[in-house]
Amino acid sequence: MIHFDSIVKHYPLEAGFFAREEHKVFAVNGVDFRVEPGEIYGLVGESGCGKTTTARLLVRMERLTGGNILFRSRDGREFRLAGIGRADLAALRSRVRYVFQDPARSLNPRLSIREVLLSGYRYSPRWPGRSRAEEEARSLIQEVGLSVGDLDRRPADFSGGQRQRISIARALITQPEVLICDEVVSALDVSIQGQILNLLLRLREERGLTMIFIAHDLAVVGYVSDRIGVMYRGVLVEEAPARTLMANRRHPYTQYLFESLPVLRTDGESHRRRGDPALRATFSRRADATENPVSDATFLEMDEPEPGHRVSRIFSDAPRR
Amino acid sequence: MILTVENLSVDFATGGGLLHAVRDVSFTLDAGEVVGIVGESGSGKSVTAQSILRIIPANGRIAAGDIRFRDRSVLALDGEELRRFRGREVAMIFQEPGRSFDPIYSIGKSLAETIRAHQPDLGEDEIRERSIRLLEEVHVTNPERRLENFPHQFSGGLLQRIMIAHALASDPTVLIADEPTTALDVTIQAGIVDLLLELRRRRNVAILFITHNLALISSFADRLVVMYGGLVMEEGRTVDVLRSPRHPYTAGLLASLVPFGAHHSQQSLFILSGAPPNPMAPEPGCPFAPRCPLAKPGCREAIPEIRTDGGSRVRCIVEGPK
Ligand SMILES: Nc1ncnc2c1ncn2[C@@H]1O[C@H](COP(=O)(O)OP(=O)(O)OP(=O)(O)O)[C@@H](O)[C@H]1O
Ligand SMILES: Nc1ncnc2c1ncn2[C@@H]1O[C@H](COP(=O)(O)OP(=O)(O)OP(=O)(O)O)[C@@H](O)[C@H]1O
Ligand code: SF4
Ligand SMILES: [Mg+2]
Ligand SMILES: [Mg+2]
Repeated sequence: MIHFDSIVKHYPLEAGFFAREEHKVFAVNGVDFRVEPGEIYGLVGESGCGKTTTARLLVRMERLTGGNILFRSRDGREFRLAGIGRADLAALRSRVRYVFQDPARSLNPRLSIREVLLSGYRYSPRWPGRSRAEEEARSLIQEVGLSVGDLDRRPADFSGGQRQRISIARALITQPEVLICDEVVSALDVSIQGQILNLLLRLREERGLTMIFIAHDLAVVGYVSDRIGVMYRGVLVEEAPARTLMANRRHPYTQYLFESLPVLRTDGESHRRRGDPALRATFSRRADATENPVSDATFLEMDEPEPGHRVSRIFSDAPRR
Repeated sequence: MILTVENLSVDFATGGGLLHAVRDVSFTLDAGEVVGIVGESGSGKSVTAQSILRIIPANGRIAAGDIRFRDRSVLALDGEELRRFRGREVAMIFQEPGRSFDPIYSIGKSLAETIRAHQPDLGEDEIRERSIRLLEEVHVTNPERRLENFPHQFSGGLLQRIMIAHALASDPTVLIADEPTTALDVTIQAGIVDLLLELRRRRNVAILFITHNLALISSFADRLVVMYGGLVMEEGRTVDVLRSPRHPYTAGLLASLVPFGAHHSQQSLFILSGAPPNPMAPEPGCPFAPRCPLAKPGCREAIPEIRTDGGSRVRCIVEGPK
């Protein structure tokens, strides 16, 4: 179980000693949600709303400004991210794997794909020995739609989507308990994307893999997730079971976001931006990360109009239709 | 015709032998036209785009074919001419924003450099003003302050937009966009498409747009090129390709789209069974044959020729809608 307990992350907007304290990026502002074991939790929201930051806080690639994250692993061990020690952090990271949004930044260009897959694995508690690990690498590389011969090539020799699949394989080979997928299928064609989604769903069945699934494609997030959280300006504005949210969106921001989704057109109509213009104006005017959206903590309270469907009061005064 | 790609083939030297990334690819781009390239991951879309700018990685080689810009072969351009072609005529926006920025330069500094390269006469203040306007154009809020930030201080989507600002700085004739909206949310995607369409209206910019987002491209491109295994499998008007695909791969791709509202607890996804082609050991015949529901023995003998079928160009021996 993972509990993001009112987490806050502010970044300085200016670097250096003389950085003014009031100039900050309010990346995450009191987000509170739980992810249950074996659950796939989808996180959506516009660019810059704090999804990646939330994920990075869980693996301590960023330090919390406020709040805490509690992770209770399946073997009963508890981790609290605020003030976590080095040994605990190593133990946490062997259980929680993060697949980056931008794989070019995270694959060591000097290593072959075989080494990329095995290097992270070797120091994990599950390392099964060289030959067994090789075997797993061969089978996994095929499951992500590449071939065994690709193990000898280097990251630069691959297309963007192929690199993305390599970083998925690198995370999966260590058999993590929790997998954070940050925009991992967006660079794939829809056919290989389906294959990867099926692989993830299967691993959830087989191993009880818990997942935080971040993506902009709302149809994909809606398909793969059990529950979905919607973020806006570092605040969780709505949370509901995926099937509920796909059918019934209560917060005006969620309504706006979903209306902006492009749909496949086969009628030759030229591009037209969708989405209610009034809502668009309201939400794009407000989307400035250098202003604190939470001037009053009661803003963060969420109503629960039906069990499991939580709607934040913040920004909910936007014009509703 | 402003840009013509003619029978382009590109190989890479790898430890395991030659890899045929692009095979006999042809298409055209007219002034003010938007052409979308879609298709399999690894099918040669980015390498095709890189070939146009002659920026394929060092182990790659244009093995055959030609690329013509207006009436000149791009492959024959040299030194100053090549620099001008890359700087003024054709601008490219890349797939992975993280790789395109120097981490030690602030956004303002790198943008100023791009602007100065195209307009050497501008003073510091004018450059700053233009930088701010460009960031506003791509909807970066608080541009004055953001100019001082470094790449790591931006989310993926914000970096992508800043990259587009760089491309706009040179006022190009042809804009090649390689998955420019991949890491962007749906509202900004729509905004970027608006922006590109505005550029085409204002300056008649021709746009080559590589994407996996079929919904986005469906209302944006005049024509679509569908690639698989290094080959163009289908090419035609967007409406024709999407409404009545003539190639079984195109049909499979459309069937693989996740329908909005579908949920894994109720419905499984359509999956093209079988593995994508291995470019190190290509099939002798149609690369799609191992996965094609219509495959016949003849399909595996030779790569099918491109022929015209219902107004589209199609590389398949079976005629008619699929
Ligand atoms: N190191 C940093 N320093 C300053 N600001 C940062 C830093 N990292 C992120 N930010 C800012 O924090 C906010 C949240 O960024 P984050 O990357 O979490 O967004 P996101 O929801 O993942 O967006 P995207 O969908 O574009 O990836 C943005 O305004 C971003 O510019
Ligand atoms: N530098 C390189 N050396 C060897 N092979 C390469 C190199 N760059 C690309 N390739 C190979 O060339 C083929 C085409 O790659 P390309 O990047 O054009 O694919 P793509 O269609 O853009 O895919 P994606 O949708 O995943 O971005 C792939 O099989 C890739 O592995
Ligand atoms: S040529 Fe044959 S194998 Fe290839 S797509 Fe057409 S029918 Fe299928
Ligand atoms: Mg992100
Ligand atoms: Mg590519």
